[in-house]
Amino acid sequence: MNPQQIARTTILNAVRKALPTQKIDLPAVPVEQKHLGATGGFGYRGNLSSLEKIEGAPQPGESLTPYFERQLARMGGRSLTINTAAEIPDKVRELFPAARRICSVIPEMSDAKPLSQATSSRSLADVDVAVVRSHLGVAEAGAVWLTDLDLIVPALGVLTQHLVVLLDPKDIVPTLHEAYGGIIPFDKYPYGVFMAGPSATGDIEGVIIHGAQGARTLTVFLLAT
Amino acid sequence: MNLFNVLTDRPVDPESAAAKFIADTKHEETHDRLVWGMRMHRDEAARQIPGWEELRELASQIKEHTLTHLDQYLEQFEQNAIAHGVHVHWALDAAEHNDIVLSIFQKHNVKRVIKSKSMLQEECGMAAALETQGIEVRESDLGERIQQLAHERPSHIVVPAIHQLRTDVAALFAKNLATDEQNSDPHYLTEAMRNDARPALLHADAGMTGANFAIAETGGIVICTNEGNADIGVTVPDLQVCSIGIEKLVPRSADLGVMLRLLSRSALGTPMTQYTTHLHRPRPGTRIHFILVDNKRSDRLASPDFWHALKCIRCGACMNTCPVYRRSGGLSYQATYSGPIGVILDPGFDHTKYRELPYHSTLCGSCSEVCPVRIDIADQIYKWRRVIADEGLLPLAKRAGMAVMGETLSHTEAFHGAEAVAIKAIEQLPGVVFNNPLNPWTKHRDMPNPPKQTFHQWYQKNRGSE
Ligand code: SF4
Repeated sequence: MNPQQIARTTILNAVRKALPTQKIDLPAVPVEQKHLGATGGFGYRGNLSSLEKIEGAPQPGESLTPYFERQLARMGGRSLTINTAAEIPDKVRELFPAARRICSVIPEMSDAKPLSQATSSRSLADVDVAVVRSHLGVAEAGAVWLTDLDLIVPALGVLTQHLVVLLDPKDIVPTLHEAYGGIIPFDKYPYGVFMAGPSATGDIEGVIIHGAQGARTLTVFLLAT
Repeated sequence: MNLFNVLTDRPVDPESAAAKFIADTKHEETHDRLVWGMRMHRDEAARQIPGWEELRELASQIKEHTLTHLDQYLEQFEQNAIAHGVHVHWALDAAEHNDIVLSIFQKHNVKRVIKSKSMLQEECGMAAALETQGIEVRESDLGERIQQLAHERPSHIVVPAIHQLRTDVAALFAKNLATDEQNSDPHYLTEAMRNDARPALLHADAGMTGANFAIAETGGIVICTNEGNADIGVTVPDLQVCSIGIEKLVPRSADLGVMLRLLSRSALGTPMTQYTTHLHRPRPGTRIHFILVDNKRSDRLASPDFWHALKCIRCGACMNTCPVYRRSGGLSYQATYSGPIGVILDPGFDHTKYRELPYHSTLCGSCSEVCPVRIDIADQIYKWRRVIADEGLLPLAKRAGMAVMGETLSHTEAFHGAEAVAIKAIEQLPGVVFNNPLNPWTKHRDMPNPPKQTFHQWYQKNRGSE
C-alpha cells in the first residue's frame, strides 16, 4: 500500500472504532416545493408556512418578490423591475455610464465580444459590468443562484466590477429549504454560487464596505417572461 | 515566515497575554463593543425565524447522525467526488496534510498560491510549512491578510482582525502597502487592499480553500465567504486544493438548507453569507484536489465526553457572547481556536500546552445558549477542568489553592474558622494581597467590602438556639 492508502485505511478504521455507540437517526428536513417543469421555472405557489410567521414576509397567495427585494437590499444589493427585454441595454448604460467594457452573456442583450468556455478567466479582469441570468432566487436571503452555465466563464461573476443579474420573479422560492430540497442538481455543475448582494467586508472595525474582492455592486433586474 | 506558527511546547499563559491586550483600554472597549454587536445582531436574526429552536435541534441531530455514521459518509463522499474527476487524498495529521499539499504543488510547479481562510490549514501550520519550501502563500480574505501582514494568527474565526483598531491597520498598511499613515478610513484602507491584492489574485498558480460543508450525497463542498475571495480562488487558477476536516460532512444537500439558515445568522446576524460557493467538478483543463484530514478528530470522536464538539460549524457565536473572550481578545488564547469553542478544542490537540484554557472562562453558560448546533460547550469546559486536574496538570497556583479549599470544605470547623480568617484578612490586607498585581483575578475587579461577621456567626448569634 502507498502512504495514501495507508492513511485512508488508518483513518477509516480509527473512525469506525471511535463511532459513538448511540446511533442518532437522520431527521427529515421539511421541504415544500413544486416544479412547474413545462414553464421552465420553479413556479413556487405552495404553502408558505415556513415564512408566514416572519414579520413583513408574504402570506399565502401573496407575491414573494417584495420580500426578496427587501432582503436583497439588506445585503447591499438592489433590484429594478424591467418591463421588456428591449429595455435592458439602455438600463445598463444608464446605471453604469462610465463603464468601458460591458460583458453580456444573455440573449436579451447581445455582446460584440461573446464569451465562450474557452475564454480565459484572466482576460475578464477589465470587465466593468457583466450581465447574466439566474434561474433561482431565494426570498429569505435575497440571494440569486449562478452556475457555470449561467456565467459561461465562472470567474466573470467575481472579477467584474459590477454585476447585473436577470431574474424572473416566478423563479423565486421562499427559503433555503426549498432551494436545497431537490430543485438544483448540484453535482451537475462544476461551480455554483448563491450570491446575496455584492462582495462585502466588515474586517476593519466592523465597518461594512462593499467590493472587498468581488463585485462592488449587484443589481437584480426583475423581468417576468 | 509566519512567526505565529513556530510551535513550542510551553504551556500557554492566557492571563498574561490578556493583560497585554487590556493594558490599552481603547482596544478592550472597541473589541467588546464590536463583538457584542455581532451577538446582538444574532439575537435579532434568530428572533425573526419562526422555529429557530427547532432549526437548532434539527441541525444538532443532522450533525450527530453524521458523526455516529461517519465512516459510511466519508466513503460515500469520496466515491462521488472521485466519480466527478476530483483527486481525493487522506491525511492522518498536520504534517501529512502539508506534505500532500507540497507534493501537489511541486508536481505542478506552483510558486504562488492564493488562499481563502481555512481554520484547518491554520491548524496544520500550512502557510509557514509551504513558505519554507519557497512557495508564496497569500491570504485573500481582508482580515486574514491583515493578520498575515501583522505576523499574528487570526483572533476570531469569522472576523480574524477584529482586535485591531483602524489606526493599527493604517499603520500596518502604511508600512506594507505604502498608504497614507494618517488616513485610517476603512473605505480607503479596503480599497488599497483590493488594488494591491488583485494582480496577485489574478496571477496565482493555485487556489486554496477550506470547506464549510462536504456533502456525501453529491461529493462536493460548500465554502461560505462574504468577500467572494474563495470564488476567485476556485474560478481563476487552474488548480484548486481544498482541505476538509472529516467532521465537515453532511449527508444530503437538503441538510444545507438547515445549516446555511443558521450559519450566518449566528455569526453576523445576516440571513446568509454574501457568497455561498459550491464546488463539485473540475472544469475542462483544470484540477481539483480534496484532502480529507483527521488530525485527532477520530480521537475526539472516541471520547464520550467530547465528541459533540465535532458538530461545530464555526460560526463564532460562542466567542461573540463570551464575557472572557470579549474582554481578553482572541490572541490571548495563543491557540488556533479561541473563545469557548477554542477552550474545548485546543486541549484536544495538546492538553499539557493548553491546560490553562479551560480556566479562561466564567462558566456562565452563554456559549451553550447561542450555539446553533447545540454543543454543550460550558459542560465540556467543566469536564476539561476535571481532565486537567485528574492528570495532575493543574498549574501550581491553582493546585495549591484547590488543595487547601478541598481540605477546608470537607471539615466543618476548619471551614468556619477559615471564613472568619478570610474576613479578617480582607479587612487587614486589602491592597497588599487581594488587589495585588500578581493576582490576575483581582486586577480588574474590586474585592467586596468584607461583612462584619460570617453568616455562620450571625446564625449562631440569632438562631443558634432554635
Ligand atoms: S461551538 Fe457552536 S457557537 Fe461556537 S463556533 Fe461552533 S457552532 Fe458556533
